[in-house]
Amino acid sequence: MEYIDYYKILGVSKTATADEIKKAYRKLARKYHPDLNPNDKEAEKKFKEINEAHEVLSDPDKRKKYDQYGADWKHAEQFEQAKKQQKAYQSQGTPFDGGGEYYTFTDEEGAGFSDFFSQMFGRSSRQQRTQAKFRGQDYKAEVQLNLSDAYKTHQQTFTVNGKNIRITVPAGIENGQEIKIKNYGGSGVNGGPNGDLYITFHIINDTAFTRQGNDLYLTVALDLYKAVLGGNETIDTMNGKVKLTISPETQNGAKVRLKGKGFPAYKKEGEFGDLYITWQIQIPKNLNEKEKELFTQLANEAAKK
Amino acid sequence: MSNEKNISVEEYCTHYSIEASFVRSLSENGLIELSNVNESICIDFDQLQALEKYIHLHYDLDINIEGIEAISHLLQKIDSLQTELRILRNRLIT
Repeated sequence: MEYIDYYKILGVSKTATADEIKKAYRKLARKYHPDLNPNDKEAEKKFKEINEAHEVLSDPDKRKKYDQYGADWKHAEQFEQAKKQQKAYQSQGTPFDGGGEYYTFTDEEGAGFSDFFSQMFGRSSRQQRTQAKFRGQDYKAEVQLNLSDAYKTHQQTFTVNGKNIRITVPAGIENGQEIKIKNYGGSGVNGGPNGDLYITFHIINDTAFTRQGNDLYLTVALDLYKAVLGGNETIDTMNGKVKLTISPETQNGAKVRLKGKGFPAYKKEGEFGDLYITWQIQIPKNLNEKEKELFTQLANEAAKK
Repeated sequence: MSNEKNISVEEYCTHYSIEASFVRSLSENGLIELSNVNESICIDFDQLQALEKYIHLHYDLDINIEGIEAISHLLQKIDSLQTELRILRNRLIT
């Protein structure tokens, strides 16, 4: 656990007045408040820090305690001792009445204070501030999903805040896409509705395909003889094998478009992207004498043209 | 949870310790919609998320209605830009 310099976080001196602290806090809050910085984890982290700093420095009792321990911080032993006392203090369950200004977070995650804070002041004061007044809080969750699973509309069970939630994940969901699940957030109070749950999907590509939007790309090895003379090649698509005709004299890097064999379009049933196959011609290796002789003959023949 | 899908402005303001005039101003500026239910002015539940955000901006950050209106437009713009960015990023790396 690291020592946190709350004065530095708010950019105020150790002798700052309550008014200076409030001003510094409000200025930083206007910059980093989550409502002004949607989907910005850095800002959320910063906001959490300044909130914690403000929570401590705006409260005379907490500030006094912090100043006292802060000065002793480098003497680990003393601190350990202080920590033990603190634990005893905590176990009595003394409710802490913070009296400062409380900012509400759009999600519970952002509300958690550091271990440093909890060690010094206990956890009781932080719960107070996350309590809903009417509508419950919105929750945010992140889920990893394999690309092969994202291909089909499927049911998936998630555990969010200890609750199991079964949801339908529509086919074609994109990496980074967010799904809102109404009423699965924090509980409302005084007859208010629950908050909502927002799930962001991080898609992991477990396939050989490259996905760009709804189109898929695949590079397939093709032996030289088939490329020169033509033939058939069976390839795997996302929904089964497809037999392709190779036209004679197919060039290295040639592309074939398989219409509708790409990825499903999100919430557009029956609509699919395309699959692009790039042929990568394999030059034979470890030629025997006979083969070398035949290639030489071919080379001589080509030279005559 | 009750079956009602709205709450009177008066009751809501009591829960949040805010002034009803603030909620009315938001409505007058088109930031939230209020409805008339049994002769009392109510807030539909689907407006609450936005309303809470405006409460934070006003009461925590000292931003006035005009500022909130401007911020609301910018946030909408950020939202569409973030969606566009996500789509473009997914085209680059997969």
